[in-house]
Amino acid sequence: MRSDASKLGFYLLLAPIVLWLLVLIILPHVGLFIVSISEKIGPRIYETGFGNYATFFGEPLYWRTFARTAIMSILATALTLILGFPIAYYIAKLTRGRTKTTLFLMCMIPFWVSELVRTFGWMILLRETGVISTTLQIIGVISGPIELLYNDAAIMVGLVYTSILFMVVPLVTTLDSLDDSLIEAGYDLGGTTTSILREIVIPHAMPGIVSGCIVVFMLSLGNYLTPILLGGKDSLWFTGMIYNQFITRFNWELGSALGFLLLALSSAIVFLGLKLSKQSLSNTMGRA
Amino acid sequence: MKTTIATSLIVVTTLTAPIAHAETLRLLTWGGYAPEEVIAKFEAETGHTVEVTTSNNEEMIAKLRATNGGGFDLAQPSQDRITSAQEEFGIYKPIDMSRVHSELFIPSMLEATAANTTFEGEVYGLPHVWGTSGLVVNTAEAGAVQDYVDLCDASVAGKVSYRLKRPTLIGFAYSMGLDPFAAYNDTGKYQDILNQVEAKLTECKPNVKAYWGGGDEIKNLLRSGEVVASMAWDTGGWQLNADNPDITFVAPKSGALGWIDTFVLPARGRADDAAYDWINFVMRPDIAAMITNTAGNFTAAVDGDAGVSADLKARYQGSFDQTAIDNIKWYPPVPAGLEALEGATLDRINAAN
Repeated sequence: MRSDASKLGFYLLLAPIVLWLLVLIILPHVGLFIVSISEKIGPRIYETGFGNYATFFGEPLYWRTFARTAIMSILATALTLILGFPIAYYIAKLTRGRTKTTLFLMCMIPFWVSELVRTFGWMILLRETGVISTTLQIIGVISGPIELLYNDAAIMVGLVYTSILFMVVPLVTTLDSLDDSLIEAGYDLGGTTTSILREIVIPHAMPGIVSGCIVVFMLSLGNYLTPILLGGKDSLWFTGMIYNQFITRFNWELGSALGFLLLALSSAIVFLGLKLSKQSLSNTMGRA
Repeated sequence: MKTTIATSLIVVTTLTAPIAHAETLRLLTWGGYAPEEVIAKFEAETGHTVEVTTSNNEEMIAKLRATNGGGFDLAQPSQDRITSAQEEFGIYKPIDMSRVHSELFIPSMLEATAANTTFEGEVYGLPHVWGTSGLVVNTAEAGAVQDYVDLCDASVAGKVSYRLKRPTLIGFAYSMGLDPFAAYNDTGKYQDILNQVEAKLTECKPNVKAYWGGGDEIKNLLRSGEVVASMAWDTGGWQLNADNPDITFVAPKSGALGWIDTFVLPARGRADDAAYDWINFVMRPDIAAMITNTAGNFTAAVDGDAGVSADLKARYQGSFDQTAIDNIKWYPPVPAGLEALEGATLDRINAAN
């Protein structure tokens, strides 16, 4: 009797997550997959096959765009880590009490407005008649207006800015759990700042670094607004390409195939990253 | 007892009677085509309520395709995009002409739209707002730009913008002396035209500052002076002209491209009564003038230009003399499948270095 009740309780607690997985994750992906393996022959005539996937590998434009997107996302992740680590270290180890809360809050405040507004903010700063260009002209550093928008560097700035919070938060959590006495012991035993960083801090923070990197990489790879708005005439982004297939070309079949490939290839890159950093997914996600 | 039943019956009928006629009209349209004041007037006169979603041609078709023609009761795609969408996805239902006050429409436009939106013997579209796309030029700095190909001129290098969409391909083809509309039904010939345009646009790419996506984006670029010549809609040029007299819409020598936005009924729309009421309401000359004054484009309503502001009329006449009007290239219906060819061309231009 009692075990029945607890069983019921267990299933009731399980129901929301199962429902969520099934209705919002699994079913749409099954639908997407079915669309992706139908090839269009004529109006309202379709045939089952893997032709759409073949298009991705056969047309250099598509896989080149994917490679470009992946490489830039990896670069954005690395930059976010380099910028985010000192911030997280400072918040976690060198501040206490109210300062700590204030600094943490300051990292979060920009995220209270939508991504679109933040991206427009960058456009106002970077454009030819924008704040930076005008200021530089007034103080006499440059003689004519300078265009900082519509290039890959602008995309990179946007991506790092958009995702830095998702690097700082897991890093602060893991660095918080590092006992200060371990660092002191390191100095007592004659360690230098670099050796302590290398031998004690980074190994301890590794789960936080890896989980932060995974989140930032996925966010950058799947970002649509930032590359479209800040990027220039040569800046192709894979998600923009999927949007084009769905909306302007009415080619849902190829769009679905590209969406599936984005999922598969990005998962492969994350898996490779975990192998290279010798971390397991359960370890990173469990501790961070 | 009897009286109670009778009273409750009366109460129920009086409560339900207006509800049975008043519907919610879910309108899928372009920005500016359903101004607040027009909606308020319509709601006051008919009792219907209106929910507006603004969109563009491609998104309208994609939205209706996703729901097999549901979710909206009236949509306004351009007349050239209706038959192919109907052929491929079956997202519209035919117009019942007996419910439309056809005397409100300019007869030639009504006929032309009916001819262009007929699929398997049924008419799917009614004309509403029309306009053109061509060049918006800062005449003080880029007065030499008279045609699409002039955007590739060295004198405006780095200060040019256009969209990477099908109107750009068509416009460039015309200004290169080709006739893309005549080749619409000959895939081989059309591909040949696309190849020539692709070569031209790839060569022209260093001249481009950025490809614009939305109307506000190009207006900002022109207003700030970062761009001095671009391909854009006539209304955008006239709006900018109000702020800066140097900037205006120029009808290209090879002809502006003319479009007509229509009324279509989505296949699974639920409020047909409200949809027909809306059509008959907005085509009244006084309402049509209100829409022209906010959207900036003229409508297919008889006498719809009577109440239009004098400023807008002056700008229109400044951009279009009689030859320019006669030279407008009206979009014929796009055959199904043509977008795939154009898409591949646009992708290659975007990727070219």
